[in-house]
Amino acid sequence: MAFLARIYVTPRADVLDPQGGAVTHGLHSLGFEEVTDVRIGRYLEVRLAGDDRAAAQTRVTAMCERLLANTVVEDFRFELDALGDDR
Amino acid sequence: MKAAVVVLPGSNCDHDCLHVLRDVLGVDARFVWHKERELPPVDLVVLPGGFSYGDALRAGAIARFAPIMEAVAAHAERGKLVFGICNGFQILTEAGLLPGALLRNRDQHFICQDVRLKVEHTRSALTRTTGGRHVLTMPVAHGEGRYHIDKDGLSRLEGEGQVLFRYLEDDDSVGQTAGINGSLAAIAGIMNARGNVFGMMPHPERAAEPLVGGPAHGGANTDGRLLFEGLLHQAEGAR
Repeated sequence: MAFLARIYVTPRADVLDPQGGAVTHGLHSLGFEEVTDVRIGRYLEVRLAGDDRAAAQTRVTAMCERLLANTVVEDFRFELDALGDDR
Repeated sequence: MKAAVVVLPGSNCDHDCLHVLRDVLGVDARFVWHKERELPPVDLVVLPGGFSYGDALRAGAIARFAPIMEAVAAHAERGKLVFGICNGFQILTEAGLLPGALLRNRDQHFICQDVRLKVEHTRSALTRTTGGRHVLTMPVAHGEGRYHIDKDGLSRLEGEGQVLFRYLEDDDSVGQTAGINGSLAAIAGIMNARGNVFGMMPHPERAAEPLVGGPAHGGANTDGRLLFEGLLHQAEGAR
């Protein structure tokens, strides 16, 4: 048994995201005028061993807080999928 | 004063810092490799610029877990001096030894040029010898130098006089954000509340002797030397 954590790290709402701003402009130039905002973050897939979902949840949260996200400027969330033995 | 310059994989200003400390100021300085777990008995630890661990994940994010960093934190805890320059500043914020964070420059590209810095006050070890010089010139060389901190954090920094340097605009004004990289409150350098841990994005070690400092103030620029001298005086005075 194992888990796959799909982790999304995004700039916090109060943090200027100039890259997202540039992409918003680009989309507008291409005619996607309905776009009101783009925020660019980071997506990570972390595979971990174990069979206890609650424990994995706690561990992944700790990984995000200690290293994967800088909570001064970034928010994180994740989904935890159980992986079968064949993967 | 005795000083240590930490060498991380990807440091590229370590030799410059050692040179300024040892050859320009005559300080007993040595390198300390990142895999060491103990520091030699020193007054000052310098975390130099560069791209430690290739800036993987975020600048400074991996370096903060380098084996030597626990000793650096303990050194700071004892009230001894720590000075992070550029990547060193990024590492100190990631390690929580300084508040805030350094984000990708507002205009997304790497910036390498001289900047003019407004010195906020001289009541710090780093700025104590800059008396009478309200503006210092030295280069920046960074892609991730946009200082950010939340509102409460900024109030604390300002209230406690922890902001040491701000980027000056061409018209000598200080912007709400720095024109050069978008730093909040134009912040270029800060210290911790206790006043023994310092971080700045500009490079004083690259403007510390006439041969390489370039021109400024109608002569050769050695403004950076003043900051190292301040730390030296502080350490000598503390003995």
